[in-house]
Amino acid sequence: MNEAPLFKPRFNAAKPAFGILVFLLYLFLLAPLLIVFVVSFASNQYLSFPPEGFTLKWYGMLPQESTFMNGMRVSLIVAVIVTVIVLALGVPAALALDRYEFKAKGAVQSFFLSPLLIPSIVLALGMVLLFGPLRLTNTYAGIIIGHVAITIPFVIRTTLMSLATTDTSCEAAARILGADSWTVFRRVTLPIIQPGVIAGGVIAFIVSFDEAVISLFVAESGLPTLPVQVLRYVENSADAAVAALSVILILISLVVVVVVERVMGLRKALR
Amino acid sequence: MTTLQAPGQTPLRPAEAGELEKATEKRNRRAYLALLIPGLLGLLVSFVFPLAYMVRMSFNRGAPDGVIEETFTFDTYIQPLTDPYYWKVTLDTFQMGVTVGVLCVLVSYPVALFLARSQSKYRSLLLAIAIAPLLTSAVVRTYGWMVILGTNGLVNSSLTGLGIIDTPLKLTNNMTGVTIGLVEIFMPYAILAMISGFGRLSPQLEEAAGSLGASKFNVFTRVTLPLSLPGILTAFLLVFVLSISTFITPRLLGGGSVQVLATEIYDQTTGLLNWPFAAALSVILLVLFGLIIAVYQRLTRKIGG
Repeated sequence: MNEAPLFKPRFNAAKPAFGILVFLLYLFLLAPLLIVFVVSFASNQYLSFPPEGFTLKWYGMLPQESTFMNGMRVSLIVAVIVTVIVLALGVPAALALDRYEFKAKGAVQSFFLSPLLIPSIVLALGMVLLFGPLRLTNTYAGIIIGHVAITIPFVIRTTLMSLATTDTSCEAAARILGADSWTVFRRVTLPIIQPGVIAGGVIAFIVSFDEAVISLFVAESGLPTLPVQVLRYVENSADAAVAALSVILILISLVVVVVVERVMGLRKALR
Repeated sequence: MTTLQAPGQTPLRPAEAGELEKATEKRNRRAYLALLIPGLLGLLVSFVFPLAYMVRMSFNRGAPDGVIEETFTFDTYIQPLTDPYYWKVTLDTFQMGVTVGVLCVLVSYPVALFLARSQSKYRSLLLAIAIAPLLTSAVVRTYGWMVILGTNGLVNSSLTGLGIIDTPLKLTNNMTGVTIGLVEIFMPYAILAMISGFGRLSPQLEEAAGSLGASKFNVFTRVTLPLSLPGILTAFLLVFVLSISTFITPRLLGGGSVQVLATEIYDQTTGLLNWPFAAALSVILLVLFGLIIAVYQRLTRKIGG
């Protein structure tokens, strides 16, 4: 193999250049998140660079900002209830899609995943149009119903993903050994789908918690969620006060990312 | 894989398991319906009804002060399709989609290529970092871009501080800012789509071409690039449809001076209270979106199969 060393220098010259390019692109991808961290600890009174010093005052101010605290409360209540509802609706549906054969199965599965294919601004308009006459605008019920549509696909997908890696013989084995359907579900099926349920649940939580467009249309005036409050605030001024809050939102997302990556892998869950 | 097998037991043969399934299936024939119905009802209420109601609304007529005249007319469609202003908004939306799509593909391709080939033990971590921004708030990321691009932002402060420019560049409240923000926000989608589309690309093929005497450049243009084209194309289409329907970033980074279909829909509802007209604009956006998604799905199926 005399040729091999001949190629070596060329490969070595291209490699670091490519590495640097990829590093710079990663920097670009993470830039808005990194900059928010920097600004949140900067003591500059108004938004400017470079940072003049280190401070925690922006974080200290957060508990007194009633708009943000109210928004946080609304968003947490909504996200928790949405998560419970979509798990209750989505996990059984995913089980039916994987464990049973029936007509139009493919169509039903596509239907469950289809809300992701509709622009959220279109869905949001449809919701405010329908919810208005039903007096559901500016209510928790309105926001929650709105968020169910966009979170169900994630739960269905992650649960199906967990089910796809196992065959039905485990359940059959449990049944032949005398377990009733509930025991089969609790002792066999549930452990199998647990990663999918956890991943789907935390993704549903964060999608609902961070959702801004549907909340904006359905409840801007009466029950603004945290993303809506941030949106309104940032619309008027992009100063540093909202940076600390943004960091907290990023950290919540980070927890979700770590959980999803641990239980089933981010790529599998989000593809 | 989870195996639930008591010690000393042999697992059921697949054939046996299949027969068992058939026997129990009769008993559970209706069980799947019970499992499906709650979810279907949920989607009916939160998804089908709002969309259907919106389509119906688009054939009504909007009167001043948010009054809706119940009728069946195509007026709401004739106006956006004949008014030059709405043609411009639609064209701007399209142009933004194409620009963001192309730029996003350009910046995502090296990262996707790197992740697809990497043998590093940090590969899965780096992959997770590339996708993780998907689960962060779009409002927060857009705010981050406002901090970077604003008049007193990072870019302008650095450039004026270094004496390169005297007056700050105008990077926000215009299409430039919106484009930069959207390119970054949709990068994770593009990277995911590309990695999935790189199916037939393998380091062995590239090595083979190299050892047969192809130069690095030729390996790239004759092997790597053609094999990654499906991934590139699906990523472009995905980013395109996401861009033409996105609202938050054009709203915030555009600062009211960037008008695209999504911001127009919002203005028609909150500002002008012209619900039927907003509904018609949404239907138009939905049709554009649907056409491209159909192409996209056909493509991904071809690549997958």
